[in-house]
Formats: sequence, C-alpha cells, structure tokens
Amino acid sequence: MARPDRPTPGSEERRRLLPASSSLAVLLIVFLTLSLLTLFSIMRGGTGEVASDAGGTKAYGPADFPEIEFDRELLPEVREAGPSDEAGTFRVRLPLAYEDYYPCSDCHADMEVNLERRELEEMHDDIHLNHGPEERWCFDCHNPDDRDRLRLANGTLISFEESYRLCGQCHGTIYRDWREGIHGRREGYWNGAKSYQLCAHCHNPHAPHYEPIEPLPPPVRPQFLAASLDEVGDEGSVGEGLDD
Amino acid sequence: MVKDILSFVTGSARLALRGNRWYFAWLGVLGLLVVWGFTAWWQQVQHGLILTNMRDQVSWAYYIGNFTFMVGVAAAAVLLVIPAYVYNWKPIKEIAIFGELLAISAIVMCMLFVLVDVGRPDRVWHMMPLVGSLNLPSSILGWDVLVLNLYLVLNLMIVLHLLYTAYHRRPYKRNFVVPLLLCSIPAAVGIHTVTAFVYAGVAARPFWNSAILAPRFLASAFCSGPAIMLILFQILRRTTNIEIKDEAIWKIAELMAYAMFLNLFLFGAEIFREYYSNTHHLIHTQYLFSGAHGHSALVPFAWASLACSVVAFLLFLFPATRRNLVTLNLGCLLIYTGVYIEKGMALVIPGMTPDTLGEFYEYVPTMTEVRIGAAIGSIGFIIFTVLCKIAIPILQQPEPEEAAPEGAADLQAEPAAT
Amino acid sequence: MTDTDRELPIVDDALDRRMNRRALLVGTGLGAMSAVAAAAAGSSNGFVERMLRRRFVELSPDRKAEILAELEREYAERYQRDITVSDTPPIEGVEFGYGLDIARCVGCRRCVYACVHENNQSRDPQIHWIRVLRMEKETGIHLTESNPYYEPELVPEEDAFYVPVACQQCRNPACVKVCPVKATWQEPDGITVIDYDWCIGCRCCMSACPYGARHFNWTNPGIAAEEIRTDTHYFGNRPRPNGVVEKCTFCIHRVRKGRYPACVEICPVGARKFGSLLDESSEMRYLLREKRVFVLKEDLNTRPRFYYFYAT
Repeated sequence: MARPDRPTPGSEERRRLLPASSSLAVLLIVFLTLSLLTLFSIMRGGTGEVASDAGGTKAYGPADFPEIEFDRELLPEVREAGPSDEAGTFRVRLPLAYEDYYPCSDCHADMEVNLERRELEEMHDDIHLNHGPEERWCFDCHNPDDRDRLRLANGTLISFEESYRLCGQCHGTIYRDWREGIHGRREGYWNGAKSYQLCAHCHNPHAPHYEPIEPLPPPVRPQFLAASLDEVGDEGSVGEGLDD
Repeated sequence: MVKDILSFVTGSARLALRGNRWYFAWLGVLGLLVVWGFTAWWQQVQHGLILTNMRDQVSWAYYIGNFTFMVGVAAAAVLLVIPAYVYNWKPIKEIAIFGELLAISAIVMCMLFVLVDVGRPDRVWHMMPLVGSLNLPSSILGWDVLVLNLYLVLNLMIVLHLLYTAYHRRPYKRNFVVPLLLCSIPAAVGIHTVTAFVYAGVAARPFWNSAILAPRFLASAFCSGPAIMLILFQILRRTTNIEIKDEAIWKIAELMAYAMFLNLFLFGAEIFREYYSNTHHLIHTQYLFSGAHGHSALVPFAWASLACSVVAFLLFLFPATRRNLVTLNLGCLLIYTGVYIEKGMALVIPGMTPDTLGEFYEYVPTMTEVRIGAAIGSIGFIIFTVLCKIAIPILQQPEPEEAAPEGAADLQAEPAAT
Repeated sequence: MTDTDRELPIVDDALDRRMNRRALLVGTGLGAMSAVAAAAAGSSNGFVERMLRRRFVELSPDRKAEILAELEREYAERYQRDITVSDTPPIEGVEFGYGLDIARCVGCRRCVYACVHENNQSRDPQIHWIRVLRMEKETGIHLTESNPYYEPELVPEEDAFYVPVACQQCRNPACVKVCPVKATWQEPDGITVIDYDWCIGCRCCMSACPYGARHFNWTNPGIAAEEIRTDTHYFGNRPRPNGVVEKCTFCIHRVRKGRYPACVEICPVGARKFGSLLDESSEMRYLLREKRVFVLKEDLNTRPRFYYFYAT
C-alpha cells in the first residue's frame, strides 16, 4: 500500500540477473550430475567382489549338520549330581571300544597268547601301532592274562574306564592338566559335577596324533547376508515369514 | 502480547504459503524428493536396516557420514556470528541471520540422519534427558544429543526474537540477543567438538582415535559451512532484493582461506604421523588413499577430495580469484565437494574398513540409503527455503519513519518503535 | 487489500480456517509418527504400553515377572512352543572367566554353530557370535592378515592356527560407556548384557567394541520355530526383535544355573575352559596359575575376562 518504491518480485530485476546466475547454475548442475553418476557407477559395482571359490557365499545353520550332537545329553549321574557337587569324583564317558569289542574276554578267554611282535592281520587289522613303535608293543598296556583289564608298568591291573592312569604314566603333565580340566573336553556343571572324556576318546592309543576333522562352513560374507532375502524382491516382502 | 504472537505466527504462515511459481516449483520438486525418499524409509522401518548396505563389519556409513557433515554445516553459522556481533561489523550483521537459519535447517537434518540410522526409531525417546535414560556423563553420543538440541534451541530463540521484533518493527533487545549469541558460539564449537569426540573416543578404531580429529572437524566446518553460505547469498541477492554487499562475501572468503589452510595443515600432520610411524593402524589410511587387500573403492574419492581442497585453497588464497565471482563459486563448490567426501565417505567408512578383526568389507550405499538421504536433504532445503521466505520480507520491511503503513490496525497492536 | 502488501503479514478472517488446517496437519503427523513406531516395533499389540515401559532393571520384581510372562505368551504365540523366559540373577561371589587354548583349537567351527543353536541367533540373515580367525603360523596373530572364511577339507591345516573371537566380557568395556541409553551394562558376575527391549539400535557399541563381538539384527531374525531353544534368559538367548544389538553372554541362561556354556561343551578338542575367577579351585584359577595367558588387544586396556593360553 504505502511502499511504492519497493521493487516487486518477479520484475525485470530477476530477468536481468538470470544470465549472470547461469554460470552458477551450470556449475551446480554439472556438479550434481557428476556426483550422481559416480554414485550410481559405484553402486552398480556392488559391495566388492568375491572370488567364486572363496567361501562364505551361503548361510548355513546348525540344522544343516544333523550328524553333530549339539544337544548331547549329560551323563545321568552328572545331571543328578548337578551344580555344587562336592563329591569331587569325576565321571568318564564309556570307552569307545566298549561298543564294538568289550568284553575282550568273550574271544580272548579261549585263545592262546601269542607273544610274537607282528602286524595284526586276522583281527584288529585296523590297528597300526604309531605310538613309539620301536619302544612299545601290545603287552606294555594290555594284560595278556586278563584281556578285560589294562596293566600299569608296576603290574597293577586297571579297567578300561581308568585308562587315563595308564596314559598318565608317561604323559604326566598332560595327565595333571586333564584331571584339573585344562586338557580335554568336559561336560556338565562348571561349579559341580562334570563328565570327562578319556584320553582314548580323542587320541587313538595306538596312533595318538589327533586326526584332522572336517570344519563346518564359514560364516556368510556381509555381501551375501541378505542374499536369500533379496530374492523376495522389493515388493515389501523382505523378511516376511521372519516377522514377529 | 498473545495477539502479537498470533499475528506473527499467522503472518509468517501467510508469507510461507505465498510465492511465485518458481517458489512453488522448487518446493514441489523438493516435496517429490521427500516423498520418493519417505517411501524408502517406510520400507526400511518395516524391514529393517538390511535394506542398507551397512553390515556388522561397517555398521555406520552413509547416514552417519551425512550427519557428521551436516553438523559441520550447522556449526558454520558461528563463523558469521562472531564477526557480526562481537565486532559489530555491519555488512555481515545483515546476513548473519541466514547463517542461523542454515544452522537450524542443518541441525534438523542432523537429527533426521540419526533418526533414520537407528534400528529402533520408536525408541529414540530413550535418549531424551529426564524422560529416557540418557547415559551421562559417559556416553559421548548422549552429550551430542544435548549440545545439538541446545544449539538448535539457541538458534531458534535468536532467530525468532530477531524476526518477531522486526515483524513488529521494534528494535531487537540487545541484552537478550547478545548473551544468547555469545552462548551459541561455544555451542557451535561444542556440537562439532562433541561429534568429533564420538569418533575420536573410540580406541577400537585407530583411524578415528586421533587427538586432532576435533580441530580438523572445526577447520573443515569453517570451510564447508561458509561455502554453502556464499552460494546461498548470491542466490538470495539475485532472487530477492535483500542487500548483500560484495565486501561481506569477500570477507567471508578470506576467513575461509585461513580455515582451509588450517584444514590442510592438520590433514598433513595426520598423514605424516600415519605414514612415518607406519604401524598396523596405517591400513585404514592406505585403504583410503591407495587401496588395500585388493579393495580400492574409496581411492578416487579420496584423491578427488584432496585435489578439491587444494585447488579451492589456492582459489581462495589469491585475492584476484577470491574476488572474481566465477572462481569464487568454483572454489565454493570444490571445497564443498572436498569436505563432503572427507566427512561423509572418507571419515566413517575407512574408520571401519578393515573392521576390528581385520576384515575388509567394501561398503557402497544402496538406493534406499541414497533415497532417504535425498529426502532428508530436501527436507533441509525446504526448511531453509521457507525460513528465508519468511525472514526476508520481515527483515526488509522499510524503516518505520520512511513508511508508516496506513491501516496499521491489522498489522500490529502497537505502533512501531524506532 | 492491494497487491503491494501481500507480503506483509496481516491477520485476516482466513486465520481460523488456516488454524484448523494446521491442527489437522499436526494430527495427521502425530498419527503417522505412531504408525511408523508401530511398524518399527513389529506389531501394534500393546504397543503404547510397551513404548512407555521403563528399563527392565528399574522395575519392581512383580512388574518384571509380569513382563517375563508376557514375553512367554508372545513367544508361545509366535513359535507355537513352550518357551520359558527367566531373569536368573547372578550367583553371589562368582565372577566368570573364560580360557581358550590356542595350541589346541583346530578351527572346526563346531563352537560357532553350537552357539547359534543354543542362543537362538538368526539363521537368515545369519548372525554368528563367534568368529574363528585363521592365522598364518609364519605371521602370528595379525588381524588384518587373518581370514575367517577359510574352507579347507580338513582342519587343522599345516601352516595355520586358529583364534576364535567372541565377546571378551571386558572388565573395562568400551561398549558400555558409549551406550547413550544405558541399554547395556556389566552384571556383578562379569557378564556384559543388553536389554533388547531398551536398545535403540544406534550401534555406538559396535563401533566401540575392539573385538567385533557385537552384532546387529539388520532385519527380523529368521529362525524356524522347531529350532528355537526354549530355555531362555531375558538378557540372553530369548528371541530378539529387529533393530537391536546382541552378543555373547557366556550362555547366561546356562552358566547362572551352573552349566558350562554351549561352546565349552561342544569343543571336540577341549580347547575351551570356563569357571569362576574368584574360586581358587576352579579350572580358570588353575589355568591362570599354571599356564601363560594373554588377552587380545591389551593396549586398549579393556582387560578381558577372556584369556587365550597355550597349554603345552
């Protein structure tokens, strides 16, 4: 009303200035286009390349390995004893040989003892002594008169469930670590009852070097984390079925 | 009083809602971008951050990089405020308010970038002081939330006061504004320092764990913030009739040249330390500048950033190119690009590559991230545009003695003070 | 009104209409916000109540019990399984420690998958709390040269040894101090836990953790109902929501009842040891006494309760 001297917007002022600001506009547009182009070009490249044989392209879960006992039952006596077990005894899982051969006397009771050093051929042909074979032979540990027992160096007969005493004759520090729970696998209660595995559960007494095992597959690489979800597409169903 | 406030509010709303077709076209384009990005965000809210390319190995990336850059932009207001109000230097004083408007827009963008980055946006209220369980004094992000909000409130109060008094044609209350301004100066330094501390305090990431990170942040903020301002000033003085003197622009450009020198110097100091000591920690810098373990996505960006910064510094160093608007604008764009890369990509990502267990995961943003980023950028532009649209006419009201409006009854209750 | 004053603010009769429109806009905005929040929360069921809930540790015992029961109902509905959610407290006078025998570990990753199985980690997208790093014997422990994706036919390989890494349960945890909302803390028995219902998913802790031990739920965890472990703990292996951080808790639901963590029991070579650091007769004390231990990244002063050792 009272301000006639004020230039109205959109007048010749802007028209005059349009060419002047065009340099700026051109710069801006070039800048924006370039940055968008580079952005899209790297995005098309994706998140780094992975050689096809490099592993980690597929996600596995525990259910893919039914052969592995993820829920191995505790020994009943361990479960019953529970935490805060003051008894101090330790339980061992049964020796592996029990399933296949025990009691040994079933066969050996009627057999003559062969004291010859030899490779076994008719029976036990899977046994190849690789445990100091020069210095050692069967009857260093097995008792020729009662095959259901093992024999310590001092002549004491022990059961297969106590075989650790036999191993401990030579492997003293490992034996000590094992008793304390530092060597070998234990299950149960950290503050109470536990079951131990015998040396022979992991180390074949005749060839004690730990045998290599098959590893479970590697984790999925971050590039492939959402791979199975991507297949569902962009239609808003990513993670569907996984929804809470 | 209530009537005054009401008239201010409605008057401002009216100013914001009226404009020529360029104004609405601009807002329309931004609005479309917002919608485009909002749909992406909606999907992200439903499905989670899996729609981004962030992973456990690189768990902060594009969003947080933008956040960091925007904190720098917000802090830049201080560069304008210091000379304007402390030294009462007239040419800058008239335009300092735009720095504050920019700060407000930038802070809002910062908060939005944090909001889209968190996994549980429904729980961000846990960070609110008193209501939530803000982990002070130990959490630096907690402090960041505090200072960012403080800075926002300070700027809003200053801007509102200046506009409100100008609207009613009263002089602003110096003893109200000046203390607030004096507070906003350390607050501006504070937001950038605390944001730098969020990174610098992380011992697990040697690339960030540097004492000069905060000074570097400040130096680069004093480059990038004014770079945006200089371009905006030129746009403003062409598209509106607000008066911005060349002298003011040149003065800002000169201050920027000092800041850029400092920025390059600090950068050089960091580079020397990394390469000369040549420890395991060098791997992050190597990944950035020369690639490592066959990964080199950031290398061109790192060198582009450095080149931009050096060229811009030279352009701003010499008065001839500093005072030529074309080279000045070129320098502004270069410095903007340089700092954006440095803060956006070249800070966050190499800090996390390789990760703490030495794994290289080459991060690039997904469309979802770019769209959301575009939406937040657009929201920032909308806020700034609308704020300017409101502020300019109010500030430009002729001095009362020149033109006492007739029919002033509908304008204000009391007559204009001097 | 003339054209020239159109930019001057004027109160007019359009005010009321405009104010109404504004109120409408604000209303819609608030509605949209709560819808967003509801979507993020995964369901709108009891949403407001849940949103306004306090931190679990601040609640009264009665309220905690209610929440646990509520979670059990929710999980039962989702998985059609009977799931118990407990909040078993720490055992007095116990501070847990962990030992890992680098000389024994063969890198078979049984622990990785036993952990996933026991702790209800997401199968798809995959989350592993344990990462086994393959190191060249020639190089020694060198993280940037390590490889978690090794895939030979048999392990151990001749030229490599293996370093499994999970949460080190630090005495001076970098992750806890950076959390902006106190959603993670150290329990008296030394376990650093996360309240999944309080975490905002900002991932500060993931930046701060020097061991890559913290993992994020980038989307809703994918796990088949029949694979869910039903004995769960509020701070441990209960099913997690989208958008929060999780990590190893030493199997908090097991160890607070005396059981070994799942990874300790599965390890075929017995490389993993666990016990109380305050009990002189524990295997951990024996280990610290008799063996030589080291911790990862000791320069960061995190002081882990997770010790690596060479038993032989």
